Amino acid sequence: MPAYVPPPPRRLLEPHRIFLIALFGAIVFCAVWFLRWDWLEKYQWKLLHGIWETLFLLFSTAGAGFILAVLLGLVQVTGPKPLAMIARGFCTLIRGTPLLLQLWLLYYGLGSVFAQYPEIRHSMFWPYLRQAWPYGFTALMLSFAAYEGEVMRGAFAGVPRGELEAARAFGMSRFTTFRRIWLPRAIYRALPTLSGETVLQLKSTPLVATITVVDVYAIISRVRQDTYLTYEPLLLLALIYMCLTGILVLLFRMLENRIPSRGA
Amino acid sequence: MESTAPAIEVRDLFKRFGALEVLKGVSLTARQGDVIAIIGGSGSGKSTFLRCINMLELPSAGSVTIHGEAIDLKKDGHHGLRPANRKQIERIRSQLAMVFQSFNLWQHMTVLQNVIEVPIHVLGMKRDEAVGIAETLLHRVGLFEKQDAYPAFLSGGQQQRAAIARALAVQPLAMLFDEPTSALDPELVGEVLGVIGDLAREQRTMILVTHEMKFAREVASHVIFLHNGIIEEQGPPDQVFDDPKSERLKKFISSIN
Ligand SMILES: Nc1ncnc2c1ncn2[C@@H]1O[C@H](COP(=O)(O)OP(=O)(O)OP(=O)(O)O)[C@@H](O)[C@H]1O
Ligand SMILES: [Mg+2]
Repeated sequence: MPAYVPPPPRRLLEPHRIFLIALFGAIVFCAVWFLRWDWLEKYQWKLLHGIWETLFLLFSTAGAGFILAVLLGLVQVTGPKPLAMIARGFCTLIRGTPLLLQLWLLYYGLGSVFAQYPEIRHSMFWPYLRQAWPYGFTALMLSFAAYEGEVMRGAFAGVPRGELEAARAFGMSRFTTFRRIWLPRAIYRALPTLSGETVLQLKSTPLVATITVVDVYAIISRVRQDTYLTYEPLLLLALIYMCLTGILVLLFRMLENRIPSRGA
Repeated sequence: MESTAPAIEVRDLFKRFGALEVLKGVSLTARQGDVIAIIGGSGSGKSTFLRCINMLELPSAGSVTIHGEAIDLKKDGHHGLRPANRKQIERIRSQLAMVFQSFNLWQHMTVLQNVIEVPIHVLGMKRDEAVGIAETLLHRVGLFEKQDAYPAFLSGGQQQRAAIARALAVQPLAMLFDEPTSALDPELVGEVLGVIGDLAREQRTMILVTHEMKFAREVASHVIFLHNGIIEEQGPPDQVFDDPKSERLKKFISSIN
């Protein structure tokens, strides 16, 4: 049997890489040289604010959605039958319909229903319910919860029974077992999927621009209307989303690497 | 009274799973320092019996008394028992450390974190103190250098030794071992039996379900042969292994050798 020869370590400057780097450089050069970027200065603060708005929407909906997802997953694994069915039904319903539809149903549908009730119009919540972002937040949050709830169900169910049994055998209460063993173990199992879902969530956020929430996508649309430029703002938008995605992926990878795993 | 109470006393334990009656009246007394080995064929109810002692399985009838304190059970209305007092069971469990066939280390924690987990989060020990105890124990089972490793990166023998350190960290009244070497490759069995043997020689109270007859004979003070849910024969190891009375035990011993 021939001895195992490890592949040579990859170098930074292999031929195909040099080619790709050159291609990328050419694109950047063309973009900078032939396209118009003078509008950037005027809109930079608006853009930054839009990015902030997008990130805020992403993290708040993913955060709140994840908490809801933990409940949804837990109820499906341990809950009484009726509750588990409701949770499962919710996940199926949300996952089975377009997010845009949910968003519009909430904003145009629920929003106009609210407006018909004087009790609501005169309540302290009305100043918020009149705005668009509560509906955008709710729709994005529910969507994340539904997708992640399914993932957490699998993650909870996949934690080896023996580890939970060990916790029980050492006198851990149910709550301590959940807090110290079951939940963290399930989250680590779910992390790779969670990373992908969060990136998808980022790319769902521009939908809220359709109900007048001003995120980075809405700002770019404004730029296009004001300047009659097509490619420049869209290229910049693509670059912004790519950078945000890259940062998200890196953050998740750091989290995942905190606990090295082997095989499973 | 308290000082002379046996560490573990089980009276007339019955356990059924649906129609299947697995334990049919098993009694056992483990005084402090006793090392009781339970042997028997597959499916004879050894694991079920051990798991009834710390109520991982709830007995259908019978009583378990730990250091003079009877575990409170009440009728559940389906011919079985259920815990009357969850807090009591949790407290008693934390005094009976269990070592499993499949280790069951918590995979998202390092070896050290596994060992200090129960002292801190169940017994309410200070972290520094728990770490101090854990390091001594890890030294003792030969895993001091591996304390920051995650279980997935350890051999089976190392994982089981870590699990034993985790069990010792609660300073248990008695230890329950369920076939601690059955999941190990043959060449790793020795290192784990070595650790358990040392514990037995220190006169730690333990109940040990095992298929390692030579080992049982070496370390046990008392051997119980379980067959079909009843104690078919019991006694000191020499008597049980050299002079078995029942036909079934004779057959079992010759089948092992
Ligand atoms: N949770 C359960 N539900 C139903 N039946 C069970 C359950 N646990 C054990 N049994 C049955 O009880 C019987 C005794 O099982 P137990 O695990 O106690 O045997 P054992 O003596 O430990 O065997 P082994 O040497 O194979 O570990 C077996 O027939 C098993 O199928
Ligand atoms: Mg067994």
